[in-house]
Amino acid sequence: MSTAVETALEHSTLFRFATAGSVDDGKSTLVGRLLHDSKSVLADQLDAVARTSAERGFGGERGGLDLALLTDGLRAEREQGITIDVAYRYFATANRTFILADTPGHVQYTKNTVTGASTADAVVVLIDARKGVLEQTRRHLAVARLLRVAHIIVAVNKIDLVDYSEAVFRDVEFQLKQAARELKVDEPAIIPVSALEGDNVVDRSEKTPWYGGPSLLETLEQLPALADLETDLEAFRFPVQTVIRPQGAVAPDLDADAYRDYRGYAGQVAAGSIRVGEAVTVQPSGRTTTVTGIDFAGQELEEAFAPQSVVLRLADDIDIARGDLIAEAGAAGSNAQLPQPTQDLYAALCWLSPKPLKEGSRLLIKHGSKTVQGLVRQVISKLDLSTFADQPASGLELNDIGTVHIRLAAALPVDNYVNFRRTGAFLVIDPSDGNTLAAGLVESDHLELSAREDERYDI
Amino acid sequence: MSISISEDAIVKTAKRLSSLDALESEAIHIIREVVAEFERPALLFSGGKDSVVMLHLATKAFWPGRVPFPVLHVDTGHNFPEVLEFRDRTVERLGIRLVVGSVQEYIDRGELNERADGTRNPLQTVPLLDTINAKKFDAVFGGGRRDEDKARAKERILSLRDEFGQWDPRNQRPELWNLYNGRHTVGQHVRAFPISNWTELDVWRYIERENIELPGLYYAHQREVFRRDGMWRAVGEVSQPTEKETVETRTVRYRTVGDMSCTGAVESDAADVSAVVREVALSTLTERGATRADDRISEAAMEDRKKDGYF
Ligand SMILES: Nc1nc2c(ncn2[C@@H]2O[C@H](COP(=O)(O)OP(=O)(O)OP(=O)(O)O)[C@@H](O)[C@H]2O)c(=O)[nH]1
Repeated sequence: MSTAVETALEHSTLFRFATAGSVDDGKSTLVGRLLHDSKSVLADQLDAVARTSAERGFGGERGGLDLALLTDGLRAEREQGITIDVAYRYFATANRTFILADTPGHVQYTKNTVTGASTADAVVVLIDARKGVLEQTRRHLAVARLLRVAHIIVAVNKIDLVDYSEAVFRDVEFQLKQAARELKVDEPAIIPVSALEGDNVVDRSEKTPWYGGPSLLETLEQLPALADLETDLEAFRFPVQTVIRPQGAVAPDLDADAYRDYRGYAGQVAAGSIRVGEAVTVQPSGRTTTVTGIDFAGQELEEAFAPQSVVLRLADDIDIARGDLIAEAGAAGSNAQLPQPTQDLYAALCWLSPKPLKEGSRLLIKHGSKTVQGLVRQVISKLDLSTFADQPASGLELNDIGTVHIRLAAALPVDNYVNFRRTGAFLVIDPSDGNTLAAGLVESDHLELSAREDERYDI
Repeated sequence: MSISISEDAIVKTAKRLSSLDALESEAIHIIREVVAEFERPALLFSGGKDSVVMLHLATKAFWPGRVPFPVLHVDTGHNFPEVLEFRDRTVERLGIRLVVGSVQEYIDRGELNERADGTRNPLQTVPLLDTINAKKFDAVFGGGRRDEDKARAKERILSLRDEFGQWDPRNQRPELWNLYNGRHTVGQHVRAFPISNWTELDVWRYIERENIELPGLYYAHQREVFRRDGMWRAVGEVSQPTEKETVETRTVRYRTVGDMSCTGAVESDAADVSAVVREVALSTLTERGATRADDRISEAAMEDRKKDGYF
């Protein structure tokens, strides 16, 4: 490794992306190709792939490597030749470290796509060139839009099977633009690829002279990560994870007396940034104080920004516990950036459980570092994926995306998900067995509405 | 197209974490979540580099407080003596409690049988689960990384285990955003893997950057070894060469430290951490493939063992 590479590593940043597609679109092959062509596959892994490919007669006479084997990890998957769970993969180029969530395409496993997309900076949606835009494609676009993934990239795969035809590609592009319009998403980047042959995956292909854009990997290298887009635009948000009060139990290398009265609030900056001396508001109490110090493992920092994990010290001795949110105090006129503690949650839910949601159900809501009880007052609507229109509904089933009103046992300082991915998101948990039932996204339009709501239920 | 973003947004991007800082921050967030939400967490600590990094992250997460949980070691009885010495010194330095589960005691009591191949890594499962139950640990931190093998690549950061410690890969909870759901019923416990998203190279770069001490056998040293299954095995009480295997002195280092009877060394001149970072960056063999005989047995070896409650 040259020093140039070492220097590059020091400056390399994380970029997370997820793949999504229907069964047999070639996701696993595409991921294998990305890893292989970016030289991220190690010799022994490649040996194992070559052995198994040969045993199974992959590629017939011509032979070849079944690159899907690189990611099809679980035994059941290898036996059935399908992907059943999200697999995480890692590879790096000169200035980026990629975390890739390879998500399966079976309808019943849409929860995995939601999982992959929830942390992703970009989603790569696969389309089989021969099949065009399918119901499943629309579902993936809807999920990516709902979760506000910053970038959607569409890879039109198996372009080799349509003889690298520009006409076929343009047709898929047309269908895609139409779907994007209906769903109100920005037009995605669209790239013709062959995962099997490697065209336009890492290197640009000569077989698609009619396509002038970058390869898939080039695209992934150029896109700004979400953190780059957000940090300076967002107001400060800091869910308190735990209060650090060592009292007698200080780290052994420290002077116990010096830290006897230490009190700090540990957490990860969820949005924005904060400097020593700045004013903050603590939710739900609403009290305002000043940041007197930012500690990180013995270092005193002047400033902290998302997604740093730090410890904050505050000027006033106010009662703060896990679950509280420390947020920007908000200068006069910038009230829009203050979180709104509310007991009425209006939100979109991606329902991820076979157990259906009914009005009147009791649930647990985990938001930031706090979990509270909730009661489903109303299922307002459900997204029809073929028309993208909201339909009236009274419940939600597996894979449904709908809007609900949940009454909370205690107020949560929620944000609008569209503006704050972290503090606008929550989990819906089944109180009986602890399983995660849904991904929740706070909807803004309803925040004002909630004030006017009448009380129909008491928790 | 979504590729084009406004110039404004790009100019404002001075505040960004390096990938290593981002991974560190993510790990610390997870460690704090688990400590806050569970009653009795513990950290699996073998003295191996991943568990050493985990412990280092825990000290940073709770500074200026002390690490608020004990460490747990399942001693195979086949450990490298220098690793045990390192383990004891480390817990003493940090002022934390060490809980040991002993494979040897199970063998002595006849509750576990030595395997034909002499390997004891698979035997760790029962003592591990018994210790977890006896001490009522409800969350156990591990240094597992998803880049280690294909089964781990699919495991969640918080991984639910049933009464038998089993992992059910087909029935995992979706893990959304950075909201971790650690709810479990009586008898169940959770394995937490805060450095899931790190690669071997990240771990080494972090060890270098943070100046973290490791057992000496991670660095090149002279050792009496013999060749078996394409690996260099140390000569020791539990790994004796057969007549056909010749003993020679080589400059080697270890990439993982485990059961001495099945962990192999690689030939290497990398005598310090920056040399190791360079070597790992250039390496063409994954660490398990290179040095763990038990994982070479079958592609599905790790998956089977995890289902049975292994790490
Ligand atoms: N001709 C051609 N075949 C491809 C291409 N990409 C994938 N395939 C083949 O399509 C089939 C499905 O590919 P996979 O990668 O296993 O599909 P997947 O989308 O991961 O499917 P699941 O594992 O079921 O989620 C395999 O037989 C691949 O070899 C391509 O670009 N061209």
